[in-house]
Amino acid sequence: MNLSGLIRQSWAGLRVLLLFTVILGVAYPLAVTGVSQLAFGDQADGSLVSHDGEVVGSSLIGQPFDGEQWFHPRPSVAGDGYDTLASGGSNLGPESTQLLATVEERRAAVAEENGVDPADVPPDAVTASGSGLDPHISPAYADIQVNRVARARGLDPAEVQRLVDEHTQGRTLGFLGGERVNVLELNLALEDLGSS
Amino acid sequence: MSATAAGLLQIALLLVLLAVAFRPLGDYMARVFTSTRHLAVERAFYRIVRVDPEADQRWSTYLLSVLGFSAVSVLLLYAMLRVQDLLPMSLGFDGMPPDLAFNTATSFVANTNWQSYAGESTLGYTAQMAGLAVQNFLSAAVGLAVAIALIRGLTRHRTDRLGNFWVDLTRGTVRILLPIAFVFALVLVAGGVVQNFTAPYEVTTLGGAAQSVLGGPVASQEVIKLLGTNGGGFFNANSAHPFENPNALTNLLEIFLLLVIPVALARTYGVMVKDKRQGYAVLAAMAVLWGAALVAVTAAEVHHAGTVPQAVGAATEGKEVRFDVWASALFANSTTGTSTGAVNSMHASYTGAGGGVVMLNMMLGEVSPGGVGSGLYGMVVLAILAVFLAGLMVGRTPEYLGKKIGRYEISLVALYILAMPFALLIGAAVAASFDTTRASLLNDGPQGLSEILYAFASGANNNGSAFAGLSANTEYYNTALGLAMLIGRFTTMVLVLALAGALARQRPTPVTAGTLPTHRPLFVGLHSVTVIIVAGLTFFPALALGPIAVALA
Repeated sequence: MNLSGLIRQSWAGLRVLLLFTVILGVAYPLAVTGVSQLAFGDQADGSLVSHDGEVVGSSLIGQPFDGEQWFHPRPSVAGDGYDTLASGGSNLGPESTQLLATVEERRAAVAEENGVDPADVPPDAVTASGSGLDPHISPAYADIQVNRVARARGLDPAEVQRLVDEHTQGRTLGFLGGERVNVLELNLALEDLGSS
Repeated sequence: MSATAAGLLQIALLLVLLAVAFRPLGDYMARVFTSTRHLAVERAFYRIVRVDPEADQRWSTYLLSVLGFSAVSVLLLYAMLRVQDLLPMSLGFDGMPPDLAFNTATSFVANTNWQSYAGESTLGYTAQMAGLAVQNFLSAAVGLAVAIALIRGLTRHRTDRLGNFWVDLTRGTVRILLPIAFVFALVLVAGGVVQNFTAPYEVTTLGGAAQSVLGGPVASQEVIKLLGTNGGGFFNANSAHPFENPNALTNLLEIFLLLVIPVALARTYGVMVKDKRQGYAVLAAMAVLWGAALVAVTAAEVHHAGTVPQAVGAATEGKEVRFDVWASALFANSTTGTSTGAVNSMHASYTGAGGGVVMLNMMLGEVSPGGVGSGLYGMVVLAILAVFLAGLMVGRTPEYLGKKIGRYEISLVALYILAMPFALLIGAAVAASFDTTRASLLNDGPQGLSEILYAFASGANNNGSAFAGLSANTEYYNTALGLAMLIGRFTTMVLVLALAGALARQRPTPVTAGTLPTHRPLFVGLHSVTVIIVAGLTFFPALALGPIAVALA
């Protein structure tokens, strides 16, 4: 153990580090980007979705939807809600009185807005996701919104329910992850229904 | 299909994938580190950086290489983060302030990837890919190299040479991490992870709001974040973010990636010590701890005890719909059992018992199955302790793989075991003692103490996940956690390499009828219990005041 040994090794380390920075920090990400853009361009660019020729966001990223005519996403604590520049969850613990109050408030609001019994409000409707950008809601949360959305749009509830069913995705491969409805895709389908 | 059946099938599929990879990857890694031939590209590499690949280093020289390399890594990364506003594609973000840059640089070099910043609002693309992602590779390769040096200490006799750090570092990176990362980065992109250099731009959402569409070289960094058990997310929400982890398939792949090298290293170990049963015994101890913790975390989250989860009807706060509770618990248990620290759900919002178990996973010292390299050397050190305890019971000089465990060796083991709790408990005690440091807490009472404990458990064990309610971007936490990460990573490496040197010097002790077999279920049991007892005795008082109090509330 000696200082000159450490300096000599550090100097060798710097040379190794600089060359690895070129390989791993520049060449590798460029190569991955090149191949990705050629082979999977849509995904690499963020799985963008358009409406009337305008990009309206990514099918993977949740968006805020206010108003009776839309299916609503989960509560979000990313910024003021679905702010992609401030992803994250509430980080409030299981005994937090603040979280308890928030959850009860949300349940009352969701129940009133959709005209359902508070006991029928599903868990995902009253809790914020970890990312704050969850694009999905549970099929149960979509179901309780059907009548409200149909009324606001002057549509037959059965038709809206059919759309929800079409957009309900089961577990991946039948057993991976959760059952879900993509809110943006469902609302896009609603818009298309209205305009046809 | 019921949630339970689906959840169990998901775990079964993960185990099948790991079982399939175990032998080929483990054997391959053993070949990489025992081969005497250099690839052409490696020879060119050694020529350019002017290191002699044929030099066989003493343990002390090997250590100086590790420390020298890590020191310049911290300095270069620190400098890069301080001046990142001057780098290309900085997206208009300022350079990091000194305490945050220190914390981040030590964090990524120490394979911790604790993040006191939010990626999407702090870092440009160059700092992420040429700074952070480079250390994601290299810090993992350093851990791998140290583990291999320890194995050489066990397999070599009457020598003071442990191999060549630069060769181990280069081979680990070029032959193992880089090819796997490249292939699976493309798989992640196919699954929806973004990979571009477009700066964030604003669009009008369908509902008429404004939202930024983010970009960046995410997949190339995401894959090594997991494969190298690093865990530092490109975005603040980490693997909960849909652009890092878009669906249940990528989620399972990410869990597989963060487990595969630490698990397969058990095979590499068995092959290199020329007794594959030893590798299986280590694997069994890892699996016992991982499995028991998985049952506990999953049961806690599915049963959702606690005031808020009961009021809600499920433990869904901080979890994504696409991952349900089972896939979230599986990820949480695997990320804290390895030293990864990536999260696909917010651990702070877990039930008291669930959050307590993931914290305990880290406090075990990251050995179930642990980080890349660090998991294996941690497990071997604890096996030596278990052998020593057994030796005390029967009054024999303990041996492990034909090496005597004498006073010097066991002293190194004891120091190894004390280093992490020292960094953890001192740092947490100071943080809990002052009003200014307590001001960073989001939750009060036992949950608040859990936030502090979790942070220092995460730092000292080089995990990097957080009870993220803690506002850790303050001078105290940035500095104290930075130091905890350095102590947790590098004092242990010093001790492991010293141990390797001491073992290599010995002549082999022949196996006799009195030798404790270290490959039988009895020893696996002893080994696992040793891990739990050491952590339990050290951390029970702290856990009782934090997560256990929350769980009993």
